[in-house]
Amino acid sequence: METLKAEKKEKKTKKQLRISGAEAVIHCLLEEGVDLIFGYPGGAIMPVYDELYKFQDKLTHILTRHEQGATHSAQGYARISGRVGVAIATSGPGATNLVTGLADAQIDSTPMVCITGQVPRHLLGSDAFQETDIVGISTPVTKWNYQVTKAEEIPTVLAKAFYIAKSGRPGPVLIDITKNAQFDELDFSYEKCTGVRSYVPEPSPDVKEIEKAAELINNAKKPYIVWGQGVILGEAEKELQDLIEKTGIPAAWTIMGESAIDSDHPLNVGMVGMHGNYGPNVLTNECDLLLAIGMRFDDRVTGNLDTYAKQAKIVHFEIDPAEINKNVKVDVAVLGNAKETLKLLLPKVNKNSHDQWKAEFDKKYEEEFSTVIKNDLHPTKPGLTMGEVIEQINLASEQKAAIVTDVGQHQMVACRYAKFKQSKSNITSGGLGTMGFALPAAIGAKMGAPDREVVAVIGDGGYQMTIQELGVIFQHKLPVKIVVLNNDFLGMVRQWQQLFFEKRYASTELVNPDFVKIAEGYHIQSKRVSKREELQGAVEEMIRSKEPYFLEVVVEKEDNVFPMIPSGASVSDIRLK
Amino acid sequence: MENQWFTISVYSENSVGLLNRISGIFLKRHINIESLNVSKSEIEEVSKFTIVVYTTQDWVRKIVQQIEKQIEVIKAFYHTDDETIYQESALFKIASNLLFDERQIQNIIKESHAQIVTVARDFFVLAKTGRRFEIDEMYEKLEPFGILQFVRSGRITVSKAKMPITELLEEFHLNN
Repeated sequence: METLKAEKKEKKTKKQLRISGAEAVIHCLLEEGVDLIFGYPGGAIMPVYDELYKFQDKLTHILTRHEQGATHSAQGYARISGRVGVAIATSGPGATNLVTGLADAQIDSTPMVCITGQVPRHLLGSDAFQETDIVGISTPVTKWNYQVTKAEEIPTVLAKAFYIAKSGRPGPVLIDITKNAQFDELDFSYEKCTGVRSYVPEPSPDVKEIEKAAELINNAKKPYIVWGQGVILGEAEKELQDLIEKTGIPAAWTIMGESAIDSDHPLNVGMVGMHGNYGPNVLTNECDLLLAIGMRFDDRVTGNLDTYAKQAKIVHFEIDPAEINKNVKVDVAVLGNAKETLKLLLPKVNKNSHDQWKAEFDKKYEEEFSTVIKNDLHPTKPGLTMGEVIEQINLASEQKAAIVTDVGQHQMVACRYAKFKQSKSNITSGGLGTMGFALPAAIGAKMGAPDREVVAVIGDGGYQMTIQELGVIFQHKLPVKIVVLNNDFLGMVRQWQQLFFEKRYASTELVNPDFVKIAEGYHIQSKRVSKREELQGAVEEMIRSKEPYFLEVVVEKEDNVFPMIPSGASVSDIRLK
Repeated sequence: MENQWFTISVYSENSVGLLNRISGIFLKRHINIESLNVSKSEIEEVSKFTIVVYTTQDWVRKIVQQIEKQIEVIKAFYHTDDETIYQESALFKIASNLLFDERQIQNIIKESHAQIVTVARDFFVLAKTGRRFEIDEMYEKLEPFGILQFVRSGRITVSKAKMPITELLEEFHLNN
């Protein structure tokens, strides 16, 4: 009798700690400091949504209008805040709609955790309703993924998911949870993950390699820095700036590295890559030392590898050992987190200046200014250019806005001409080139940094790929500013058709709807401008507005983005026209 | 750079889906896996993949970097044939009457140091362990008499140099 009583008592206290797998998911998110998630409900994830309903005072769920929107919103949130973005969806089509966002986050190293519902364990492999092998499908586009089939696995697996997503080189993680695991109960306790024995997030820096790098820097006559997003992800902005200022080395950025250093810093010489600045590309093949910091020598950056910086010694500062000698053979590889390695490097380099060498960048800039930039920013022709719109945004926002771009001509123009004073301000789909990224990413960015001005700059093509997310802006009265640069074309493809396919404009001309009316349908303040004299006022009005605002700017139909490295050409063969 | 034979050894956690992740790395680069073997290793709860590829040193290095990057992979190595001790196994199923009718078969068995695994009324089974060329030679000799079934395993390999997995795992446990 006594034992029976004791057992009963134990059962009772245990019962208080026992919760469903679905509720455990919410507790895990709260333990990880998550207060905002993006998603879309459906059958196999309903138990988790039921718990979200109960916890809505602690955890906000944003209902996007498509699961792809949820991933890009989570990405925008992560990119501006440095925190892990969370997206949630049901099984089957809900899960497959996450794939583009996962791939985007994978190639752009964005920390994201996606949670999907799955059919109950006993139905796995039976072609059940809305069953899809999302773990199999998402394997190549995730840093890690896992299928949970038992409720008691949930705390450890989610802790591991957040740890893996955020640590080292960040990336997306997908956790698929069968419906039975959401319904079943477990004894809940949470412990944050601090290590996985088969995973080394950051290699520890090798002092000998750092010394080699310092020696090369101290002896170089024409040293040149190209930094990438590794500087932003590693929060090494200050260390990079200190290095640049101490050594006097001119520094350029990849599209993903933009905004790590003030755009107006005298040693910030601009963007590298296919539509980057003239000097930074051409002089890659004239420097005697190339310091690559937190970048991965993407083909859009290097052009033809056989003619890329062959004359230079190359030092690669990189967190991911798999990037070393992947595309470009380097002389010295400094593995580790950029903040740590640059800190170790700094006292070993001599104070220096390279005025003559820097003057070569200035000279090249003058050339680019007179042939390209002048006409982009201060055009004399009647049609509006994309460049002058970006310039007006710079002016009206005093260079404080975070700019979220989509993919194509407007993206290249925005990245070329947008000016930033603060890091994590340029949010774009760099590696995957995902059209439709900007609108949902801007939503996530605004929610990740509510005090910042967030301006989405989008082309008329990409805008229509995720236009449904206007619903989120409307529902939450989210003061995102949307600028659509409308040339009634898929502009970048059209540019290639003009230059390389003898103007055969196959399926690139768009017959567009009335975008202003669509925005009005969502009760979003909106305006269309097509004349130069209206532009400045409209952009100012948009920036001043405390509400969501949609601005369509009708731009020249067949403008091209220059400079341009034709695909497969050398960085030194970049064309100015 | 010229193609040559490499053996990739992967020490990993024993987790569902990792094979898919690893094979995807080869698929993405159009590199054919010539042979694959997965087994337990000398360390408890650690699996070992032995993968044979015919490719360049540059590619095998990049592949190993990508494999090692996978969360559940503890460490990956690659070796040339000279740097390893390696073997394959094969089974031959042959009609029993041939053992008596064809005297030559008994000589082949002796010469190739094959083992008779079983003899049944209708068939007998030979097992041969050795280098690929030895198995191929035996196959060629037996083939004229008729082979009912043939199967060969993936290559299994131990490296001459150390693969210090235990040390790596100990280091992790010390730091965590």
